[in-house]
Amino acid sequence: MTRPTPETIAHRIHATPATVAAQAAHGNHAERQQPAERHQAERPAPAAQPAPAKITGAQSLVKSLESLGVEVAFGIPGGAILPLYDPIYDSSVRHILVRHEQGAGHAATGYAQATGKVGVCIATSGPGATNLVTPIADAYMDSVPVVAITGQVPRPSIGTDAFQEADIQGITLPITKHNFLVQTAEEIPQVLAEAFHLASTGRPGPVLVDVPKDVLQAQTTFAWPPTLDLPGYRPTMHPHGKQIREAARLMSTAKRPVLYVGGGVLKAGATEGLRKLAELTNIPVVTTLMARGAFPDSHPQHLGMPGMHGTVAAVYALQKSDLLVCLGARFDDRVTGKLDSFAPDAAIVHADIDPAEIGKNRAADVPIVGDARYVIDELIGAITAEQAAGRTGDRTAWWGQLDDLRQRYPLGYDEPSDGTLAPQYVIERIGKIAGPDAIYCAGVGQHQMWASQFISYEKPHTWLNSGGAGTMGYAVPAAMGAKVGMPGTTVWAIDGDGCFQMTNQELATCALEGIPVKVAVINNGNLGMVRQWQTLFYGERYSNTDLGTHKHRIPDFVKLAEALGCIGLRCETKEDVDKTIEAAMAINDAPVVIDFVVGKDAMVWPMVAAGTSNDEIMFARGVRPAFDEDEL
Amino acid sequence: MSKHTLSVLVENKPGVLARVSGLFSRRGFNIDSLAVGETEHAEISRITIVVNADESPLEQVTKQLNKLVNVLKIVELDPVQSVQRELVLVKVRADRAIRSQVLETVDLFRARVIDVAADTLTIEATGTSDKLDALLRDLEPYGIKEMVQSGMVAIGRGSRSITTGPALRAA
Repeated sequence: MTRPTPETIAHRIHATPATVAAQAAHGNHAERQQPAERHQAERPAPAAQPAPAKITGAQSLVKSLESLGVEVAFGIPGGAILPLYDPIYDSSVRHILVRHEQGAGHAATGYAQATGKVGVCIATSGPGATNLVTPIADAYMDSVPVVAITGQVPRPSIGTDAFQEADIQGITLPITKHNFLVQTAEEIPQVLAEAFHLASTGRPGPVLVDVPKDVLQAQTTFAWPPTLDLPGYRPTMHPHGKQIREAARLMSTAKRPVLYVGGGVLKAGATEGLRKLAELTNIPVVTTLMARGAFPDSHPQHLGMPGMHGTVAAVYALQKSDLLVCLGARFDDRVTGKLDSFAPDAAIVHADIDPAEIGKNRAADVPIVGDARYVIDELIGAITAEQAAGRTGDRTAWWGQLDDLRQRYPLGYDEPSDGTLAPQYVIERIGKIAGPDAIYCAGVGQHQMWASQFISYEKPHTWLNSGGAGTMGYAVPAAMGAKVGMPGTTVWAIDGDGCFQMTNQELATCALEGIPVKVAVINNGNLGMVRQWQTLFYGERYSNTDLGTHKHRIPDFVKLAEALGCIGLRCETKEDVDKTIEAAMAINDAPVVIDFVVGKDAMVWPMVAAGTSNDEIMFARGVRPAFDEDEL
Repeated sequence: MSKHTLSVLVENKPGVLARVSGLFSRRGFNIDSLAVGETEHAEISRITIVVNADESPLEQVTKQLNKLVNVLKIVELDPVQSVQRELVLVKVRADRAIRSQVLETVDLFRARVIDVAADTLTIEATGTSDKLDALLRDLEPYGIKEMVQSGMVAIGRGSRSITTGPALRAA
């Protein structure tokens, strides 16, 4: 175990005032008012004093960030963005110097997912900007409000293949909600305000602002607030009353309804409403990978996660339902399985803030465009009216079937027969010991699925992961961002040994900047999920999935952690699991990495193989649940 | 699959055409014809796109187009309730021996000769794609040396205009 050196502590003391200020500004976890904050960009608060004097474009940009209420930005300077870093030096915006731009992007995403505010990342032109491509694509797939600011070569050099030139606006066209190439220093405040507004309203998403170096250097004046000019951007917040009444009518008469809840409910801050709606109607709830925490796992109406690695009860409920009420979800292939055999008897109520999602994969019988918060509130009103008129669906038989399935096919795992440590056990214990107030951040693969299955999520914004893009390496930088946004909350990154080796360099950032995240490396020595598919579908031919982290202990994660200024722990036996987790929980002044050496043969179950029907769900290898076809 | 004509009103800003055309290719649509130009409002450009698509994927691509921040309005023009025109410039072999025959074809299609050389005529014609196809078919035997065609532009019949309305308030 290595304690931080005096140098790193000194470095951290330097960073402390900003941390304290950030803590004060955030308040505690329970008091987060996510939706209100989300809309703050719509009405930018006037700056204290609009400066009449000439300033540079870079100063204007920093003043814009300050006026937008930005507390923190993650980034790395470089040639084209260099003018911006001079005013940042004196700014109230805390800049966190990361080790790789991908880390900056995921940190901004983690910050945004944990707080509901816009995450900000900064990179220079060319390779700096292209290193942001993966986290931008990731944020786009998961609809996370992120603003990326990139430097660009000076305007006269654009298009000449200048040093470190890349057309980042062109490159990110398909993976941003919108992007800007700033043309003059005068438009900087307006572009920044528009970028934040676009990122945080409607269906949130990443917005990139590319700023040529000479624009940053040019003289301009600064006035705040600017006027937004977005005539083509009009997100629909309030649903259509007729559609709501139709949905309420169906929900009041359906025999086998299911609330299919997606990440949109979290983004809309609609989790309280969801609970009321569910309890009012007694309709079973499933929460997708992006919606874990939107409805308490302990709630008796919660069937768990649907989809490829969902619970048998959740998958079955969708398949056999006669009414799917989809709230802020998008009928992703990981949920539907083979689309044409998905929920064949279900009428579809599909509510989403993005009209393009409705009918994209599955035709909707009742399309509802609107913000989930308003949709749910209005559904509650309309259903209350239905119930007052005596129309309440009888769900006794439906609940009877679902309870039976829940009981017969609970989530679970077998202890490995070779005496190795079960990865599921480790993750389950972290969840139990850290509890429902902690934030859990996963990479991508088996450990991600186990973290979604074996930790009980009771509160919104406590589960962060890369859902749509499936970006390995997400966990460490996203946990860093989440911890910066929620400094009073315990943040665990649950990572795999493969994922961890992609982005662990940000632990150096965490150590130096005083960001005490906790990282559990679920080290099975392999690219576990790929290996699972090789076991099941490629005749156990393990091509290129052994990482050598077991066989050769390369890298040694404890030594690596220590080299990065963190505390490194290792746990190899079941007996040591609790005390190792507790040791990590007791350390609050440094990042901790635990190398959990686990068995390589554990698999994620249940499983619907890719491209097959949900009806083909396997409870365990070779075990199909007995759905009696006659029972309905 | 059937042909659809979309009139897309966009903000006249750099890169908007790339956003629109990129969206079509990304979603697997082949654009049959595309024409873009300013409208009566200098801040608004109009893109006329002809695509061959089924109803439901077309609805999806229209919704995706609507999500582009620079797109102000999309109208699908009914082929009967609108007028469609394309422009073609064609350089045809026409020496003394056959020049009068070529000119006869030009008259027949109400086309115009816009340039004359010793052995060629350059002809300008506008019309629906059917008419221009017929013209080109008739000119082909003489020998087409070079040809250039515009994308289709289209406008609704009657007094109503798609470039007015609340969607375009700021433009």
